[in-house]
This record gives sequence, structure tokens and C-alpha cells, in this order.
Amino acid sequence: MNYDLQPLFLTFRLAAVTTLILCVIGIPFAYWMAYSRTRFKPVVEALVSMPLVLPPSVLGFYLLLAFSPQNFIGQFLEHWMGLKLAFSFEGLIVASVIFSFPFMVHPVQSGFQALPVTLREAACTLGKSRWQIFLHVLLPNIKHSLLAGIVLSFAHTIGEFGVVMMIGGNLPGATRVASIAIFDEVESLNFDAANFYALVLFAVCFVILLSVYLLNRKMLMKVG
Amino acid sequence: MIEIDIRKKLQSARGEFMLEIQLSIHPSEFVTLFGQSGAGKSTLLRCLSGLEAPDAGFIRVNGASWYDSKNGIMLPARLRRVGYMFQEYALFPNMSVRGNLEFALRKKADRKRVDELIELMGLGELQHRKPATLSGGQKQRVALARAMASEPGLLLLDEPFSALDHDTSIRLQAEVLRLQQHFGITSIMVSHDMGEVYRLSHRVAVLEEGRVARLGAPADVFRASAGLGNGKLSFAGEVLQIETADVVYAVTLLVGNQVFRVIASAEEVRHLKPGDRVMLMSKAFNPVLQSVTS
Repeated sequence: MNYDLQPLFLTFRLAAVTTLILCVIGIPFAYWMAYSRTRFKPVVEALVSMPLVLPPSVLGFYLLLAFSPQNFIGQFLEHWMGLKLAFSFEGLIVASVIFSFPFMVHPVQSGFQALPVTLREAACTLGKSRWQIFLHVLLPNIKHSLLAGIVLSFAHTIGEFGVVMMIGGNLPGATRVASIAIFDEVESLNFDAANFYALVLFAVCFVILLSVYLLNRKMLMKVG
Repeated sequence: MIEIDIRKKLQSARGEFMLEIQLSIHPSEFVTLFGQSGAGKSTLLRCLSGLEAPDAGFIRVNGASWYDSKNGIMLPARLRRVGYMFQEYALFPNMSVRGNLEFALRKKADRKRVDELIELMGLGELQHRKPATLSGGQKQRVALARAMASEPGLLLLDEPFSALDHDTSIRLQAEVLRLQQHFGITSIMVSHDMGEVYRLSHRVAVLEEGRVARLGAPADVFRASAGLGNGKLSFAGEVLQIETADVVYAVTLLVGNQVFRVIASAEEVRHLKPGDRVMLMSKAFNPVLQSVTS
């Protein structure tokens, strides 16, 4: 039987782009969260963790409102940047980045916090700049946490459903990701197709998580 | 020449107190800050390195201002060219021994300095190993080499031997002394071990409740504090046990790593309890010295 592979490709493309963006903004943000002493930190921490507890539909609903061309933000984006975020792949990326943000930030932040303060202090007395310390001392010593952050963000984006449903809809090639396709096929009573997508997602996620745990074990045994 | 005149409010187990230090240190001098924990020794060291800021006062090094509360100067730690040895080594786990030293080099520094230090500290065999595979003594040797690799103008040692066993500690102290003399580097160490102070320092500053209570050559300072002149033996120790035997008391003391049992009068033990720090003094007209090194 021939199945449409597009939803799967779309899912993995979305997960890959989202993870990449999260690496660029999530890791520096986690660094800031780990070491900042600002009074507003609890507020920021609560905001970052919101996607963990909120129903995805709440986030999706507000994003949909924000992205709407009738709204100021939506108008601004469309007029000045040529971006149409409601019911588009770009919109899904923005939503996924927000939705998976805590999955990148939390492990990396704990990684930074678990490092002895003296490592930073030692590098500081050796005349190194903040950037050099971040790049050569801190990041290489939180490899486990970085890996955890990357894998969790990737896997979590694959598993996204509610947010995509709200702001993406079901446009083939643009927003019809695998999780939506499964729902759609079940609705149309195409259980074979649904099973195909479900099985692929299941297998891929299992393999990713398994390799992470195996890799972690190997790295731990090498150190210990 | 280092001139220190700083004040900083500190919290300790016994409550708030003021760290108030006035101290001048000569070039190439080795000065130890000695005292009970919580006396402000480490804070003073951290203020010198720039890892912490005092509340007020100034720190001048060879005429340059590192800290001056009046003019709002606080030179960041990374610009102070200070070599800092931490009690817990603080080696970078992701880098090899050589990598740790190379990372410490200043921009445009000669890479030969790393080879020289590896040679000088006998790290040749270990240079490609990661810190996690080294013993405590080896780690601290690497930490010392790394501190020196950054060509510091001042070496700060924060209880560098306290996590090591006695023999390793003695050997490493000799290394520190050798390196200090080799580079002629001004050094300030925090310690609460009299042996270390005697072996290494030209001068010792005894810190008590945030102030320099006594300052001078170790022999003078510790003898003066014991109220004794030459020809008499005095040791600092800790009371382990007090037993009565009729009219006299037997007091068991820990001095360094040795346990002594001495006879004391009722008068002497009246204010003593196990855990107290004491000075053990004896008139020694004819002490016997016997070499035990093989």
C-alpha cells in the first residue's frame, strides 16, 4: 500500500527546525536563568514553565488570536515582514518553539547550576571573558544536559498535537503533520494509514530515546 | 607592593561582623592569612582576586588601583592577572592536564611556557590525562601549574593543602615553595595549619574576628602568642580527653597528627573540655632530636 509520506517529512522538518532555533535561543536563555539574580526571575521561570501545565489549546488559541491578520501583531508581521503565521508552516515553528521552550531550558539550566561555581571563578581569574568561559568551560561540561535538552525538544515537537490543531489546521504540505494526519485518518476510518503513521512515530521516538540512554550509559561508564 | 585597606560586612555562625583589614605586602613576599574558619581569611583572598567586592576602602597593587570605593573603581577579576589556587582544585574536567594549562595562557603567550611548567612540576606522564583520573595531590599540582601558566603577578592560595593527606601535603608545599622562589612571585595563602605557615611563609597575619590581630614572622608571632622565649617547646593542639587519677589529671591531646598524654593539675584543667584548642608548652633544657628520615 502506498501512503503519503509528506506528513512524516513535515513532522521531522518541523522538529528539526524547532530544535535548531531552541539551541540558538534556549541555551543562552538557560545560561541567563542559571546565573541571573534579578528579582523578576520567579516570574520569568513561571512563564517559561507554563507550556508544561497549560492545555495546548490555550496556547494555540492565544497564538491564533495574535497571528490573526485582523490583529495588530498579525498585521505587523504580514505587512512589514511578509510573514503569515496563522495556518502556515512558519506559524507552526513559532508555536513549537514556544511550546517546547521549557523542554530545552530546564535540563540545560539544571546542567549549568550543577557545575561547581569554582570552575567559572577559576576561568575568570585566568583572564577569560564571559563568552570564552561559556564556550570552552561551561558548555563542554554540560554535554549530558545539552543532549537531554535537544532530544526532549525534538521528541516533544514530534508529539505536538493541540497547538498544531489550533493554529495550523490540516493543510497538506504546510501544516498537516503526522500527529494531525493520524487523527484525520482515524476520522475517515482509514485505520491502516493511521496505523502506519503511528507506528513510524512510535518507532522513531523509541529509537531516539533508546540511543540517548545508551549513549548516556556509555559516557557515564567512561567517567566512572 | 600591595596595599590593602578594606572593610566588608560578613555573616558568620556567630552573627554579623566587620572585616577590617589594613595590610601591606612586599614584592616576592609569601604571606599567610592564619586563623579560625569564619575569621574572614577567604573573603579577603576573594576580594583581592576580584571574585568579591569589599564594601569600602582600597586595594592598590604596584601603584595601580584594583579597588577604590571613593573613585568607584572595581577592576574585574579577569583583568587582575592573579593566579588562584582553589581548595577543591577547580580543574576543567573537559580538558586534559595539558589542555588546562594551555587554556590558562594569555593571548599571544609563548606556548613553551606550558612545556616549561609541565617539566618543572613533573607532569609529563600525566599531561594527556583528564582531571577525573588524577589523585588529589596530582590535581593540586596541575592547579598550581595552571595558576602559574597565566603569568600572574600575584599568587593566591585558598587552603590549597587541606584536602590532601599529610605526606602529599608536605611534598606539595615543597613544590609551592620551589615554584614561588623560581618565579619570585608575591604569594598570599589562607591556612589554619601552623606547619604550613612555618614551612612556607615569610610573614603571617593572624586574623581574629575580621581584624589582623598579629603580624610578623611565623616564629615570632606564634611564640609571642604563647608568651614564650627561646629554648622552650610549644605546640598547638586540641584536647581529646580528660581523665582523673587521684589528685592529678591526664589530658590526651592531638598535636598535628600525633596523640600525646600529659599530666595536668586541677588548676590547669578547670577551664578545659574536650575539643578546646590549647598550647602545650614545656621547658626543654636538653631536648633529644633524632632523625627519622630514611
